[in-house]
Amino acid sequence: MTAALEAAECGQQVLLIDKAPTLGGRTAQLYRYFPKMCHPSCGLEINLKRLKGNPKLRVMAMTELVAVTGRRGDYRVTLKVRPRYVNENCTACGKCAEAVSSEIPDPFNYGLSKVKAAYLPHLMAYPQRYVIDASIANTAEGEKAKAACPVGAVDLGMQEETLELTVGAIVWATGWRPYDANKIQPYGYDRYQNVITSVEFERLADPRGPTGGQLLRPSDGKPAKNIAFIQCAGSRDENYLRHCSRICCMATLKQTQYVREAGGDGRSTVYYIDIRAIDRFEDFYQMVQADATVSFVKSKVARIALNEVNGNPILHGVDTEGYHRYATEHDLVVLAVGMEPEITGLLGNGLAAAIVLDSSNFIEGCAGASADAGMFAAGAAASPLDVNRSVQSATAASLKAIQVVHKTVSTEVA
Amino acid sequence: MTTNTTAAYQNSFLREVEAHVEEGAWVKMCMQCGVCAGSCPFGPHWEHSPQKIFMMIRAGKREEVLRSDSMWMCTSCYNCLVRCPRKLPITHIMHGLAHYAHRLGLAPKGQPTRESARLFWNNCIKHGRINELKFTLALYFKDGLAQGIKNALAMQGIGLAMLKAKRLNPFAIFGGHQCKDKSGIQKIVAKARELEAKRQEQAA
Repeated sequence: MTAALEAAECGQQVLLIDKAPTLGGRTAQLYRYFPKMCHPSCGLEINLKRLKGNPKLRVMAMTELVAVTGRRGDYRVTLKVRPRYVNENCTACGKCAEAVSSEIPDPFNYGLSKVKAAYLPHLMAYPQRYVIDASIANTAEGEKAKAACPVGAVDLGMQEETLELTVGAIVWATGWRPYDANKIQPYGYDRYQNVITSVEFERLADPRGPTGGQLLRPSDGKPAKNIAFIQCAGSRDENYLRHCSRICCMATLKQTQYVREAGGDGRSTVYYIDIRAIDRFEDFYQMVQADATVSFVKSKVARIALNEVNGNPILHGVDTEGYHRYATEHDLVVLAVGMEPEITGLLGNGLAAAIVLDSSNFIEGCAGASADAGMFAAGAAASPLDVNRSVQSATAASLKAIQVVHKTVSTEVA
Repeated sequence: MTTNTTAAYQNSFLREVEAHVEEGAWVKMCMQCGVCAGSCPFGPHWEHSPQKIFMMIRAGKREEVLRSDSMWMCTSCYNCLVRCPRKLPITHIMHGLAHYAHRLGLAPKGQPTRESARLFWNNCIKHGRINELKFTLALYFKDGLAQGIKNALAMQGIGLAMLKAKRLNPFAIFGGHQCKDKSGIQKIVAKARELEAKRQEQAA
């Protein structure tokens, strides 16, 4: 969003495409940001206001780039648009959702809750339009949604479309995805209900999340009081992700504050190799260290077992400060999962030849000589970055894209 | 001249391990996360986990490391090796350390795994093949005649069952299966020893 806005505000014609039905990506799914503990809705609102007021920027949701040919200044891109089954007449009144009864796992809550198969992705979704899930489009349920719509916005005849366009430069801002915790076998995410990921915990803490903001554990819905956070769950590990994901330490330090603010006698224990809170974040780390509800254990947990009686995960390991062996029970375990670049679309669509990836699959840049580069990566697609640094990276990528457009236009004129 | 109250940092033992111990060059890559120590099924039963051994090597605790019996407790389950986030060949390093300590004569005397490995090796190179009966008896009687008889009586049920199942040949006491070219085997071993000595010389 930032990359597109910066370029559009410099007077460029910008097309912003998003695979999802709404803009905002994973940022919109966070409860709060570190280090100021403010809500993402604030930043999103500012960006949406900039976006709505800019005639140079066009948004295409549910759209993917499937092919790119040509050279800088003159790329031909092929876009695939998935059917939303709802057109621009939609006023987001919600009558279609009332009319249908089928439900799907809510992607906004990482499947922790269900949502009607006719849904608004989230309250700040842009475009502010409902989506009819493809699973009900050609069923009686779809017809119910259509009948309920007072403005004729439901169009069940929509088909997948393919279109071709010419663009001067491309910015890849495809973002990230949480590392698949099922792959970390010793931690039992696939076997134990009370082992969850940090992104899921973010949804639990959100008042608009599946538990209404209460920190309830999945197995029995009891309030989680004694919560363990496991750092480097996937990151800095040659068996999983070889890079440090950079954000997880601060994300956990932030989440310990959700536990404290939930009141009661909630306690957090952070198991870590070392805490990487860079530059100004050190202040936040010191603040959390002074917090009596938070304790730190310098150790990468070796494995998790299950207490069959109460469903508590039992953490086994040896701490590095004294080499004490522990087997500690907690009522909820949060895995601070690593950040993986979201490039499956790029690779799946045979775009691998056009871009260069680093050893962790982050996008380094454009294939070929750097003087010919007209494609740039921004944000978490380029490197594991927090929101603040993603925005900086987006502005930088945008500037390079603008230069490409300017240079190639001037050559053509000359 | 001022006197140092703290010991000067020495990494001479780390260098020694890197030069002489199989896979020893990996020791410096350990980041002290503790996953190996926590993953070891024998962890609670030995004094020094791999994590601790690696830190002791870096701290120059030569005597304590080489006299430790921890390396001898390794059952080669490879749990530490597959889980190590930095892919250190931990199992191999532990065996390398054990071997090095044994060669220097610093390994703990009478440590059961060491003793059994020694008996196995001597038995094996003598005939070019392992003579199971002789090896078993040597193990039983390694702590003296009385203890040997006690051991044999305690195991007689299993022994008889193996005899019945033809898994144990009592006539192996007279020699049993042997390699056709025993002197050839011994030449191979001698050559290997020679190469290893040369390698060690070069490392030093």
